[in-house]
Amino acid sequence: MQIDKDLVAAAATPLVLGILAEGESYGYAILKRVRDLSEGELQWTDGMLYPLLHRLHRQGYLTREWRTPDSGRRRRYYSITKDGRAALAEHKQQWATVSRALGDIWRGVDLMPSIAG
Amino acid sequence: MADESEVMDAHDMEELEAHLRDQTADLKAAGLTTDEAFLIAMKRMGNVNELMREFAHEYSGRLWRQLFGADADEAGDSSGRWWEALVFASIAAVAIQVARLAASFPAEEPSWFYRNAGLFVLPALAAYLARRRDLSTRRWLVAAIPFSIAAIVVNVYPYSESSSTEMLVVAHLPVVLWFFCAYAYSGGDLRSHERRMDFIRFTGEWFIYYVLIALGGGVLLALTALILEPTGGATAERVIEWVLPSGAAGAVVIAAWLVETKQRVVENMAPVLTMLFTPLFALMLAGATVVYAATGLGSAFDRELLGVFDALLVVVLGLVLYGVSARDPDEAPGWMDKAQLAAVVGAIALDAVVLGTMIARIGELGFTPNRTAALGLNIVLLVSLVGTAVLLAKFLTGRGTFHRIERWQTNYIPVLGMWAAAVVIVLPPLFGFA
Repeated sequence: MQIDKDLVAAAATPLVLGILAEGESYGYAILKRVRDLSEGELQWTDGMLYPLLHRLHRQGYLTREWRTPDSGRRRRYYSITKDGRAALAEHKQQWATVSRALGDIWRGVDLMPSIAG
Repeated sequence: MADESEVMDAHDMEELEAHLRDQTADLKAAGLTTDEAFLIAMKRMGNVNELMREFAHEYSGRLWRQLFGADADEAGDSSGRWWEALVFASIAAVAIQVARLAASFPAEEPSWFYRNAGLFVLPALAAYLARRRDLSTRRWLVAAIPFSIAAIVVNVYPYSESSSTEMLVVAHLPVVLWFFCAYAYSGGDLRSHERRMDFIRFTGEWFIYYVLIALGGGVLLALTALILEPTGGATAERVIEWVLPSGAAGAVVIAAWLVETKQRVVENMAPVLTMLFTPLFALMLAGATVVYAATGLGSAFDRELLGVFDALLVVVLGLVLYGVSARDPDEAPGWMDKAQLAAVVGAIALDAVVLGTMIARIGELGFTPNRTAALGLNIVLLVSLVGTAVLLAKFLTGRGTFHRIERWQTNYIPVLGMWAAAVVIVLPPLFGFA
């Protein structure tokens, strides 16, 4: 399914913050998680993740650190901060409001009249 | 990607490289050949130019010219439309010269000349910045309005003869006008933290260039005067009378041009200067505090004292701002931050020692315009420094981020502007233009 790019863009920040709220991670792993969560529907341009991470870091929502795990190569690990969790909660509220409004209106609208008839 | 390395730093490159490797490895594990895996991984990275542009936006704090998405070749052109700077510098130089002749300075010294001096020069700077940012016509008008209001207010007020409120206006008006220039500098948008930070950097670097030009100009004029002396007559004086005001006015715009085009040079100067002076100041202030604590505030109320301490706080705040703007927010706390905290705490301690006595004395002797202005400035600066000290301490003990300190500075800066505006607009009527 082709998802509207504005919708993808709007979901990017809360998605990344949510993923990092589960635990720290690095860029590629975050991307894989997004693909898993959306069952492949959300196809981000990989490169765009990094400017986003950079912006969130600059805003103080994430901290980052270079680390070399025993198994692999050196990677930059991101973890969420207190400010980041607050921002995430903010996003959750906004999405909940939008979602509720949409749910209300769709319940009343018959979307597939031809099938019913 | 190699020549775009100005936009991203080595860390980002390494991060993207690691991503590519991970992606390639995963695809190979899924059964593709090395070439195929690499091709797909590269494709998934996305369009390189778009990526660069996104990074450029993010790095606007460090690379000012990218802030407005300037083209690569415009950014590389270091002579950067110098003729524009020359035009606006000439406008400022001519304006101040016309005013000088109208005031027959320095033969007479009408107060209106001093009062309006800033208004002849700084609008030219604002215009130059607006032109460089290619502001829309609407924004030009919005930028012009505060200048017009200032011009009206400053000239309509009925100051009495050699009034101290007028002197205060003379001192504070350029500060207010400088804040107006901030609007033009940031292309009409001052709400974001990054833009304000940029303007703070611009101010600091402009100051350095202006001092350099002033020193060079001073040497030039001194030599001119000495060389022309044997010719007798007042030639030397005439030359200085004409050249000095125009030179000083034009240099305002030229210094701005230098900041805009020679950014990389100054990016190296700023950290070095802060590294040099912050520890020195910390030591000096610590010593002074000890002396004050030992001998106490012995001498009688000195009118100059508040002024001296205001100057001290301004300098310390300047060092802090400079340090904050030159520092990479990602770095962990280091000895420089400790030195900065020491300097700030030293300044606060010293000021607190003096301030209490001052307020008591003023309570006895009454409020005059000068004392009110000096006291107000002192308190405004003190609040800023106290906030900085608290946040720096939190940062050093790991309970806060450096971002908070940056944000405190950029959020507080408008308060300084508003105080200066208050001195210009509210103080004179409050004291009956005395």
